Amino acid sequence: MTEQTYRIQGATGEWEVVIGLEVHAQVTSNAKLFSGAATAFGAEPNTQVSLVDAAMPGMLPVPNRECIRQAVRTGMAIDAQINRWSRFDRKNYFYADLPQGYQISQLYHPLVGEGHLDVSPDEKNPDAVKRIGIERIHVEQDAGKLMHDQHPTRSYVDLNRSGVALMEIVSRPDMRSPAEAGAYLTKLRSILRYVGSCDGNMDQGSMRADVNVSVRKPGAPFGTRTETKNVNSVRFVMQAIEHEAKRQVAVLEDGGAIVQETRLFNPDTGQTRSMRSKEDAHDYRYFPDPDLLPLELDEGFLEECRASLPELPDAKRQRYEAAGVSAYQAGVLTAEVEAARWFDALLEAGAPPVQAANWVTSELFGALNRLGKAIEESPVSPSQGAELLKLVADGTLSGSLAKQVFEIMLDTGQSPAEVVAEHGLKQTSDTGAIDAVIAEVLAKNPGQLEQYRGGKEALFGFFVGQTMKAMAGKANPAIVNERLKAMLAQS
Amino acid sequence: MTELTDLGIAAIRDGVRAGDFSAREVAEAFNARVAGAKALNAFLVETPDHALAAADAADRARAAGEAPKPLAGVPIGMKDLFCTAGVPTTAASHILEGFTPTYESTVSQNLWDAGAGMLGKLNMDQFAMGSSNETSAFGNVISPWRRSDGGNAPLAPGGSSGGSSSAVSARLCPGATGTDTGGSIRQPAAFTGISGIKPTYGRCSRWGTIAFASSLDQAGPMARDVRDCAIMLEAMAGFDPKDATSLQLDVPRWEAGLSSDLKGKRVGIPKEYRVDGMPAAIETLWQQGVDWLRDAGAEIVEVSLPHTKYALPAYYIIAPAEASSNLARYDGVRYGQRDLPEGAGLQDMYAATRADGFGAEVKRRIMIGTYVLSAGFYDAYYTQAQKVRALIARDFEQAFERCDVLLAPTAPSAAFALGEKSADPIAMYLNDVFTVPSSLAGLPAMSVPGGLDAAGLPLGLQIIGRPLDEQGVLDAGLAIEERAGFAARPEAWW
Repeated sequence: MTEQTYRIQGATGEWEVVIGLEVHAQVTSNAKLFSGAATAFGAEPNTQVSLVDAAMPGMLPVPNRECIRQAVRTGMAIDAQINRWSRFDRKNYFYADLPQGYQISQLYHPLVGEGHLDVSPDEKNPDAVKRIGIERIHVEQDAGKLMHDQHPTRSYVDLNRSGVALMEIVSRPDMRSPAEAGAYLTKLRSILRYVGSCDGNMDQGSMRADVNVSVRKPGAPFGTRTETKNVNSVRFVMQAIEHEAKRQVAVLEDGGAIVQETRLFNPDTGQTRSMRSKEDAHDYRYFPDPDLLPLELDEGFLEECRASLPELPDAKRQRYEAAGVSAYQAGVLTAEVEAARWFDALLEAGAPPVQAANWVTSELFGALNRLGKAIEESPVSPSQGAELLKLVADGTLSGSLAKQVFEIMLDTGQSPAEVVAEHGLKQTSDTGAIDAVIAEVLAKNPGQLEQYRGGKEALFGFFVGQTMKAMAGKANPAIVNERLKAMLAQS
Repeated sequence: MTELTDLGIAAIRDGVRAGDFSAREVAEAFNARVAGAKALNAFLVETPDHALAAADAADRARAAGEAPKPLAGVPIGMKDLFCTAGVPTTAASHILEGFTPTYESTVSQNLWDAGAGMLGKLNMDQFAMGSSNETSAFGNVISPWRRSDGGNAPLAPGGSSGGSSSAVSARLCPGATGTDTGGSIRQPAAFTGISGIKPTYGRCSRWGTIAFASSLDQAGPMARDVRDCAIMLEAMAGFDPKDATSLQLDVPRWEAGLSSDLKGKRVGIPKEYRVDGMPAAIETLWQQGVDWLRDAGAEIVEVSLPHTKYALPAYYIIAPAEASSNLARYDGVRYGQRDLPEGAGLQDMYAATRADGFGAEVKRRIMIGTYVLSAGFYDAYYTQAQKVRALIARDFEQAFERCDVLLAPTAPSAAFALGEKSADPIAMYLNDVFTVPSSLAGLPAMSVPGGLDAAGLPLGLQIIGRPLDEQGVLDAGLAIEERAGFAARPEAWW
């Protein structure tokens, strides 16, 4: 690990960067945290707003069981303490996108306590694992959205997001490089998507991170941190950390001090800028929401949450590796839940793991990349893939024939058997036919034959190539080799 | 012959069922009575058509031989804290002027479902904050009562449900809804010689009721006698999935269960409720109440509620804290009043809207609540007050190991004159001293009229019960009612 240690080189020596992330993940649910209103992305403004979300007089929040369930399942997926007794608090502040004048959140007694995530910051070395602590996950309401571009002098409010359930996943300040933060965010996103508790669409805002950064001389106590708000991609998080850490080092080396403040990240410049400092920080006047009873979870509910958890990426990766798949490929195959699901279906259809992993990570991923399709849109189904691999294994198709068949399958959606039958791409192992072609090749190339016999054995490949070419690639290469050797030895 | 407006809920219900008179006649009589009582300023909105429509539905149903609904033919008054679809609802505050809900509160809907009709929306202390109705943005309600000793100053009807108390005692409606956060049903009932019950917290849904202090607010009926309260509460109460604090319990048949025979019951007398400076008339009435309940078969025991003196300070931390947050939604953005000074930004709009929209008492409580929740003060005030609240609840639990209900005065004085206490918030808050502890503990409690003081003004006795034991409270109330024979009513001067 030491060779990977990330340090910022300052004028006064090396600096270490300390990073913590607060990730806001929108809970996948048909309804909002405390109301029955819908939560679809991209709906017309103010079409997904209940009386509760608009904070009409006399309206009351009622917790949505599904949102709680998803947060509990997420907590279980990061090995966290699930608090059987938790409570909602009000965070009070005024803003036009916050109809109640308070956000219902959980400060004092969060739903999920201490957990952790094991991440591999170095893709090339997936076994180099670092454990990142997660302090808590609490559940809270999202705010609405102000629209300043609808009218020359007025601002409009869209309350579609108002009241949507968020999980705030708060890490410990355990990360020490942009790469670690990137790996943490990527892994967290992957787990949320496996669990199905968040769609992880960072570009739609359903997952965003507040990035806490401080710097210190290695071994020194923590420095003062800044918080860069609402960064919405893994790359931007890494950029923001890098910029912010360098900025802090420059300030400190200039004899200045870091101000504890909230900052904003500008994706166009890759820089952060001050948004507000601690002096004008709000006093949120948190107190327990008197409209809601404490949340008490019974064993049956927890058991149901546990039982409904899917196999998670680490377990899947270990299973693949145990079946002989390389660590790198296993990592690639399990990074996205859709790919892992596809690969599992391929294995279930009978494909041998090693060959299947080779084929998916090279042929299938390559083809999908070329076609600009996601794996769940693949024109070739897992069972068709398994069939193709079976035809290779039983000698019906050579590697190169398999590639041709696969291309046609991608085009037509046909099964490999259909393609083979229709295009006559079946590999021939008929020694009689192969012998006849070899004899013809040898007869046509007396010069090369003479040189081969004269000791230029490298020409063996030439005869293989000519034979395969004459058979339009359909000959079984192993048999061609075997027969060619025999016939060259004979004559 | 008795006028229809002299009848209470049970009598109207039974008369309509028997065909002694039509529901329409009843509604018309009360509509006329409401229209003629503007001097009391009890109603903010009159809804005669609502009352008539419900009455006609009741008459049609009876003509068609349908089974009568529990409140068929009974018109009532609705405190303006309850949102009513299509009828302006303001909580007696400027900030909600012009607001007409598109939805119906659960409690009011329950009443309409039971066949009741609405005579109008009743005036109240603004956002239910007050004990005299003087904080209404639309002028204070005046009590129909006058002192008999020559003092003719207009009297407070109590608060915050002062429109309700005034209207019921002046026979403008046979019953009215109230809400009680720290005594807002019981104290006005006591001031006007009527009955009112605050049920166990969670019995009545809070959905659609404008919030003052969520952990304390409870709706309840105000009516002329105990039976009428039981009938009305049965219609108002019930589990509501839209209120997370609503109790998932069936509504008992309180009216059918009424019994003034208290044999085998124990009545506790909390010694801490004997406060300095309590008028002799109240002391005397309390003793009278003890004698009445003993006469009804109950055994009397003295009990102690040692943390009583901390109840009022704790209440005046918790209630404003919740209110400061609950009232944040009145910001001028979505509904109600908006003050947008020339060139104003968002913060200016908030400030102008709220400065102008809220009354002085509401602003005082928002400021107190904001203060007690702010960083550095939270533990000293809010956390401490919650501890006191737990101790007070424990006091009651321990007392109820020795008795079934508690008997105490409802308020430390009879109705005071309008203006008498409005300059001194502490004096006003002290009026809640006997009602606040049971509110903090979420217990059912009611006030029934016991008699008149030397000036001819009504005094109330309060019965406090165990959680969910509204029946025990109503039964003790009935025992007092039968023995007190309270028949006094205000002379119509309006």
